Amino acid sequence: MAKSIDVSDLNIYYGDFLAVEGVNMTIKARSVTAFIGPSGCGKSTFLRSLNRMHEAIPGARVEGKVMVDGQSLYEPSIDPVAVRRQIGMVFQRPNPFPTMSIYENVLAGKRLNAKRMSKSDADALVERSLRGANLWTEVKDRLNKPGMSLSGGQQQRLCIARAIAVEPQVLLMDEPCSALDPISTAAIEDLIAELKSDYTIVIVTHNMQQAARVSDDTGFFNLKATGEPGHLVEFNPTNKMFTNPDEESTEAYISGRFG
Amino acid sequence: MADLQTAQSLERQSMPLTGASLPRQAPLLAAVIAGGIAALIALLGGFGWVAAIFVAWLLLLVGLPLWSRAVEGGRRAVDRIVTLLVWSAFALAMIPLVSLVWTVLSKGVGILSSQFFNNSMRGVLGEGGGIYHAIMGTLIITALATVISVPIGVLTAVYLVEYGKTSRLAQVITFLVDVMTGIPSIVAGLFAYALFALFFGPGVRMGIGGAVALSVLMVPIVVRAAEEMLKLVPDELREASYALGVPKWRTITKVVLPTAIAGIVTGVTLAVARVAGETAPLLIIAGFTTSTNLDPFNDRMTTLPVFIFYSITEPGLHADAMADYAWGAALVLVAIVMFLNVVARVVGGLFAPKTGR
Repeated sequence: MAKSIDVSDLNIYYGDFLAVEGVNMTIKARSVTAFIGPSGCGKSTFLRSLNRMHEAIPGARVEGKVMVDGQSLYEPSIDPVAVRRQIGMVFQRPNPFPTMSIYENVLAGKRLNAKRMSKSDADALVERSLRGANLWTEVKDRLNKPGMSLSGGQQQRLCIARAIAVEPQVLLMDEPCSALDPISTAAIEDLIAELKSDYTIVIVTHNMQQAARVSDDTGFFNLKATGEPGHLVEFNPTNKMFTNPDEESTEAYISGRFG
Repeated sequence: MADLQTAQSLERQSMPLTGASLPRQAPLLAAVIAGGIAALIALLGGFGWVAAIFVAWLLLLVGLPLWSRAVEGGRRAVDRIVTLLVWSAFALAMIPLVSLVWTVLSKGVGILSSQFFNNSMRGVLGEGGGIYHAIMGTLIITALATVISVPIGVLTAVYLVEYGKTSRLAQVITFLVDVMTGIPSIVAGLFAYALFALFFGPGVRMGIGGAVALSVLMVPIVVRAAEEMLKLVPDELREASYALGVPKWRTITKVVLPTAIAGIVTGVTLAVARVAGETAPLLIIAGFTTSTNLDPFNDRMTTLPVFIFYSITEPGLHADAMADYAWGAALVLVAIVMFLNVVARVVGGLFAPKTGR
């Protein structure tokens, strides 16, 4: 598994409002790609356009191409539901299903799609996913407790377990640590490093150190000016980005001399 | 200038956080005193007890704040006035409720017996009858109305919240639902009568017609309740489901509806309780009979409210006995409605999303 993503000339709209303009990039398979940039510059919007979650918002649309495994995601013949099965997503705020137990939450992707599974297969999948999300030892004795009973950091790892249980090719993460304490954040960063061997991971973060720690490539988004659409300023390997960026504004942002 | 500064700094140094306050029993004491004075005045002046209570209330409203103002200061006094007004409003609102329950209980409880629940009024003049036929009529017609209106109501709410959103059609539907909420129940009965008269000719009387009339009244209530509950489901849960590659309809049936089910069930139960007491539309379309009829598709069917209506308005020769029947039926009806309210609460608690650790 794991696929690369090629984005060319992507414009993203909310109704008539152009939110992100002219993005070109190649996200490599089996690597971690981080997006940084100030609030409101379109990082999350761009991330959501990579698995067609963007269009869940009324009036939202996209121009340009997103190619995954040789297929253009925005062709009319593409089924958005199939896209989302291959490209999973973890959100900023942990959102386990409140009506389900921990066990059911992990299986949600399979169960909600009415996949029949034997009890032993289901148990194995739950254990594998929870182990993958570094949560198994903490919850293995209370799998039937509600998902909402966990702490914030555990809930977020439960959401990651839920996302990897459907075995996607790509995992998108929208500021997955912004609501978490440093210890939970460290647990999730370790997890990202482990998941890298199997998944293509794209992560949006406000934390520059986090981008430097976990990612292989970094994209810097910025607004051209207030009220103008966001755009991709620079996309480079993380090492180069944090030591010798091509653009002056990237260096200004990273070193804190912004604006 | 120097004096002023010293005065200010002195004031800054002391920080009083305590103050004089009335004893805990002060309101009770004031109420007893006010009541005593009012009773004395009433005895001397020969007023009735209603006037005495009013005088006592006025005395309390003036006296307690004055006392509080003298001891505690202005803010606490205002607090006491407002507290007293709020409690008074509460007591005022409780009077009709308590008096209604008491009247129904005291007048209705005497007739309750196994015969009252097991017999119909067929061929009964005076003693010996029961309301079995009316209880069954109420249960059957209300159950049918629920079966008709819950799917329509919940699916409409699903359309409004999940699909229609701000579209023109959704706006029109919302407007029409609001209009339906205000339809007088007698008009709903006329509608059902006209509808069934088209198929079965004029003079038609059927239990199912009553169920249709009640569901006209029930659908808007269910739509409103379900709509509010579905709106409370966070969009994050929908997005979480979409991101797992779950189609929209499965997201709605497996994530959104289960999350909102507690509120929807509560709303439906309250709507049932609301229409179970309807009389006017059933007079027109379900009609009145003294015998037990368990077939809603054939012939007249009596419900509890209609039975009460006829027992009081057309009692025939045994007016006293019929009034007893009416009170007994009223007690049963109130008990059913209260039971449904309790069920709504229990079910709401059972289905509520679990957060326990």
